[in-house]
Amino acid sequence: MKERVILVRDFSHYYGQTRSLNNINLDVYRNEILGIIGPAKSGKSTFLACLNRLNDLIPGSRVEGKILIDGQDIYGPELDVVALRRKLGMVFATPVPLPMTIYENIVYGLRLLGHNSRKELDLVVEDSLEKAGLWNEVKDRLQTSALKLSGGQQQRLCIARVLALKPEYILLDEPTSGLDPISTMKIEDSLRALKKDYTIILVTNNTKQAARIADRTAFFLMGELVEIDETPVIFTRPMDKRTEAYLEGKFG
Amino acid sequence: MGNLLRLKPRTEQKIAQFFMYSLTSVAVIVLVFILVVILKNGLPQLNLEFLTKNPVDMGRGGGILSTIVATIFLTFIALLVATPLGVGTAIYLTEYTVESRITRIIRFGAECLAGIPSIIFGLFGFILFVNKLKFGWSILSGGLTLAFMVLPTIIRTSEEAIKAVPSCYRLVSFSLGSTRWQTVTRVVLPSAIPGIVTGVILSIGRSIGETAAVIFTAGSALRLPSSVFSSSRTMAVHFYILAKEGVSMPKAYGTAAVLVISILIINVITYYLMEKYIRRKS
Repeated sequence: MKERVILVRDFSHYYGQTRSLNNINLDVYRNEILGIIGPAKSGKSTFLACLNRLNDLIPGSRVEGKILIDGQDIYGPELDVVALRRKLGMVFATPVPLPMTIYENIVYGLRLLGHNSRKELDLVVEDSLEKAGLWNEVKDRLQTSALKLSGGQQQRLCIARVLALKPEYILLDEPTSGLDPISTMKIEDSLRALKKDYTIILVTNNTKQAARIADRTAFFLMGELVEIDETPVIFTRPMDKRTEAYLEGKFG
Repeated sequence: MGNLLRLKPRTEQKIAQFFMYSLTSVAVIVLVFILVVILKNGLPQLNLEFLTKNPVDMGRGGGILSTIVATIFLTFIALLVATPLGVGTAIYLTEYTVESRITRIIRFGAECLAGIPSIIFGLFGFILFVNKLKFGWSILSGGLTLAFMVLPTIIRTSEEAIKAVPSCYRLVSFSLGSTRWQTVTRVVLPSAIPGIVTGVILSIGRSIGETAAVIFTAGSALRLPSSVFSSSRTMAVHFYILAKEGVSMPKAYGTAAVLVISILIINVITYYLMEKYIRRKS
């Protein structure tokens, strides 16, 4: 029996009057890659943002129900949002390097915490870039602007930047949607390697990507969780007709 | 219209181009004309003595050192007060509130402030700082008055600069566990600096050249100012008095030349520094 680390119970989310997530129930296991697929506007990105409360930043955002992460109610009154966001690192669809050097991008989160020892930061930079599979490409130009990297490199930089904070969870929101096949492959390789240390939730609009690297896959449609199961089950004998139709490319 | 005046696209293009060139040339010619007149009359007055000696005999003789010092102090105080106030307001309006009635009122207020003639600021400064607060005619009164005068410019340009920072930077910063303040100071402001600096430079230019607001608040004493409470005369006021009261036209042109050249130098230096800053960031 795998350890359940995230429990989502009767969870709904609203933007003003519009309901974007409707009564979601699902569990996430430790050290798995959970793929989330579904057409545009199905609520998958919103779901991800709810997990580290980035949805707070959008005016009119409101939730019902519960999400427990490591036993902690993340919408409870005692929650430290800043600590939560450090624990659940987020990688966005478009790579967004901050306008600083590669080095400063990686240590950004650590500097916020007041870590300034050069030796410590150097180690973190090398370690994170290594894990994200970028070290060899950039080790000689850490002090140059991160904006000069290629798209694929920028996205791996974003992954490294998240890893530098030693999160327990990595949330990825269509991380390869703007990248070429080779960059995509490199990122997928990194994710497979990262699985042993982190729990990964991967939202993707590319169903094949979920088939390639997700242990389990969830299918979202119009704010509802249609079904969630082991990836091979979802892709070969889904329970719901809508899942089958989506995977066959009949809509979405 | 289309039938009456059908021109070939290429002819049309030529005519349009000609008009654009003419309009641009008019603007440039006016600028060059002003510069030539001032420098032609002013440059012969310039020498080391003019810059390092205080005015003698109401400005008929000597140099303009005290007015240069007064101008620097006054502008410095104005910007020292207006920059934090203006940038702070801009940060509040863009980062800490959502668009609402209150933000609209603040913005409207700032805009009205921008439309008030400078002589009214002078009167306001005279009543508030010189009389009520008893700062007298002084660099402090003048500086504070100028600060209020340039405040709207700084608010507006800073706000535009902050708004232009891509919102994804903020999102990323928050997702890496930063507070709002950390996001503002570490990501938003560094990216907005070039725009903010532009506003500050505009304000420096206006402060250096301002006459009406200053003459009412800083006075027109010719001594070298010894503290912020000294009454003193800026270059612009000096020029105005020399020219209007017919004290000495050559000295007036000399002062004008120094004024124009210093504004040029400030502009060139800041654009150079900003260019460097932007290149380092991208």
